[in-house]
Amino acid sequence: MSNVLTIRGLKVAAPNGNLLVDGIDLDLAPGEVLGLIGESGAGKSTIGLAAMGYGRGGCRIVGGTIEIGGTSLMEGNRATREKMRGARIAYVAQSAAAAFNPAIRIGEQIVEGALYHGKMNRQEAEAWKLELLKTLQLPNPETFGERYPHQVSGGQLQRAMVAMAMSCRPDIIVLDEPTTALDVTTQIEVLALLRSLIQRYNTSALYITHDLAVVAQIANRIMVLRHGKMVEEGTAEQVLETPRQDYTRMLVAERQGNLVGETANRQLGDVLLDVSGVHAYYGKTPVLDDISCNLRRGETLAVVGESGSGKSTLARAIAGLLPTSAGMISFDGRRLDRSYKSRSREELRRIQLVYQLPDVALNPRQTVGEIIGRPMKFYFGMHDVPKQKEVSRLLDLIGLPQDFASRLPGALSGGQKQRVCIARALAAKPDLIICDEVTSALDPLVAEDILKLLKSLQQELGLSYLFITHDLGVVRRLADRTLVMQRGKIVEQGPTAEIFQPPFHPYTEELVTSVPELRRDWLDTVLAKRQQATA
Amino acid sequence: MIQLILKRVALGILTLLLVSALIFAGTQLLPGDVASAILGQNATPESLAALRQDLGLDLPAWQRYFSWLHGFVTGDLGMSLANRQPVADLLWPRFGNTMALAAYAAIVSVPIAVLLGLAAAVRRGGVFDRGINIVALAFVSLPEYFLGLLLILFLSVQFNLLPSLADTYSGMSFGDWLRATTLPALTLVLVTVAQMMRMTRTAVLSVMDQAYVETAFLKGLRTKRVVLRHALPNAAAPIVNVVAFNIAYLITGVVLVEAIFNYNGLGRFMVDAVAKRDLPLVQAAAMVFGAAYVILNSIADIAAIALNPRLRHPR
Repeated sequence: MSNVLTIRGLKVAAPNGNLLVDGIDLDLAPGEVLGLIGESGAGKSTIGLAAMGYGRGGCRIVGGTIEIGGTSLMEGNRATREKMRGARIAYVAQSAAAAFNPAIRIGEQIVEGALYHGKMNRQEAEAWKLELLKTLQLPNPETFGERYPHQVSGGQLQRAMVAMAMSCRPDIIVLDEPTTALDVTTQIEVLALLRSLIQRYNTSALYITHDLAVVAQIANRIMVLRHGKMVEEGTAEQVLETPRQDYTRMLVAERQGNLVGETANRQLGDVLLDVSGVHAYYGKTPVLDDISCNLRRGETLAVVGESGSGKSTLARAIAGLLPTSAGMISFDGRRLDRSYKSRSREELRRIQLVYQLPDVALNPRQTVGEIIGRPMKFYFGMHDVPKQKEVSRLLDLIGLPQDFASRLPGALSGGQKQRVCIARALAAKPDLIICDEVTSALDPLVAEDILKLLKSLQQELGLSYLFITHDLGVVRRLADRTLVMQRGKIVEQGPTAEIFQPPFHPYTEELVTSVPELRRDWLDTVLAKRQQATA
Repeated sequence: MIQLILKRVALGILTLLLVSALIFAGTQLLPGDVASAILGQNATPESLAALRQDLGLDLPAWQRYFSWLHGFVTGDLGMSLANRQPVADLLWPRFGNTMALAAYAAIVSVPIAVLLGLAAAVRRGGVFDRGINIVALAFVSLPEYFLGLLLILFLSVQFNLLPSLADTYSGMSFGDWLRATTLPALTLVLVTVAQMMRMTRTAVLSVMDQAYVETAFLKGLRTKRVVLRHALPNAAAPIVNVVAFNIAYLITGVVLVEAIFNYNGLGRFMVDAVAKRDLPLVQAAAMVFGAAYVILNSIADIAAIALNPRLRHPR
């Protein structure tokens, strides 16, 4: 059978002339799903968009050929490409919330493509929309389209985006990290629906993701990319089970979670942080409901839960950024005031925060040296030579070269920026560091290095960590104890090993079983189990 | 949403009250004395005192303020001090003239500005975009009296196309009126179009960078449809805002243009009134200007609220 998509020698250049994609060949057969795997900057999204003859943000396709069902995109003019886009090849973005027009009803946006390309009349388009919404199991499919994007949940919007892409019954659908922004429990639903939809309508797909375990569930073939070049390509089984290249082997090993060792039973000190009966509200909405937990010196306590569970809110309450309305937070035996404004400088110094997004947590106008030096000046009144010495000691500690002190954050990679954030926290010589999703915005291998760093710092300095994350893999490898939260309440807490071993709490079990695994039959097994459970 | 709009209306009324207090206080600070201005150099102290009492100038300021405000709200703008006619009879015809000129200028400049702004946004960085930006900057930097004089120099003195004086009278035909007012209107158009065009361009450009515009392009839609259907509705609020701001300027900022072209509008009227120390006239004219400004800006804010889908269709 002939290919629906054939790409030869594709080259895409950034506006500054750098090649983002360098000589990629790609074939896609009808009904086939090709997984494009790689870290950020590998060029996978760029390839997906180039397949539609589109360059994002001024990127240009500077070489190669792209053929969709025998029509060449590059030889044709603008009108040829516009005729293909949406009609024969459609796109599903990572963030449906941003990809839907906020001013237009969802249903209108879904049928727009089919009507515009003249594929269907209004009646047919509406009927097809209804079928898609039903297939994607959206609530009240008859009236769902009348709503505006801000009126539905993230998972629903992501499914509606798939319906929008399917509007013209395209041959190919480009799925660009379609489940990455979703909670694990929502991800599994969307993933299952996507797979059945693709099979049902025999649509070919380019599935772009950084998560090997996700692509393992849905792809027939996998192409691994790095720095715009292909590392290796093969059937899904071959790439996952017998990777030929070192880089792929590293990615697989990381996903299997055997890089950082297990947490052994370590000697812990006395109780450092004690939270008891804490309540907090955003306006009138309760966001923390009777939270009690404690953290010992040298211990790592992980707080897990889905978005909206209140885990980051707990961190804010402990830091005094969100004043609590009831309950008590004490630190090293002394009660902390509910607002950071009335805590002493010493109390502030001993609890430091590291945030999820290092890009926005660093002042782009200050050098790394100034950023790290600021807490030294603020808490210890250090100046000049002693400060410089301390800055260079910390740079050493976090594994960055000395000359980074004079660089601006803009010249650093994501992982390097996060190291600077950690150094800034360390500069205050804290007892407790609150890590709020510190690895979520990083590529897996970079995240792995950050985790290793945090671990070695803990051993060296005897730090305590409150580790907020939705990544259960991180928790298992790093946390002594784990606390599971849902809708502002604690579901359960205990030693990590116990939490993640049967018998599970039902909610914890849902979380645990929702994390994709590298086994290719994982999705089927989980879905079958859940069906059994509900039957 | 209704609540938000009501709040905005209430805020507008409060602003107007503040404006009225400021205007009243401001006119109290004007140098000179109406009574001596009316009676001239040779007035005796007795006749001055009598006139002051007659005009109510001897009452405390706050009393005069409230009686003036009460009159204003009920439509009684008071009596002109200089020629003893009701202010309303003098003011409204001039206000009508000013509004007519503003409307003429707005009808021409708003569509041109929005279309040029859209075109520049679509061709971002192109020759057209850069060219139009330079021209716009040039017109923004030229003061309007200079622009007006340039237009007179070329269009009426050099080529004798249009009259340099905007003489209007009641009962003149619409064609004659257009001919008489084209030069001042053209001056106003040139001054306002540049800012509106640049703001439209900026508003549309910031929307064109949004992910949903990329989605629209990836659906295969042509640029025209993407801009009109997907970008423009989301850029509407800032555009409405700058348009309202400029229309307010057309009404309230015409003093100079009216003076250059000797147009019988509210701006020139107010300048004359200040020269004559005719306080009721000055206060009334200032109040009308203030009201026009506040009302137009409130309309813009309310439009922005009404155009926001999140407020229009709450969860």
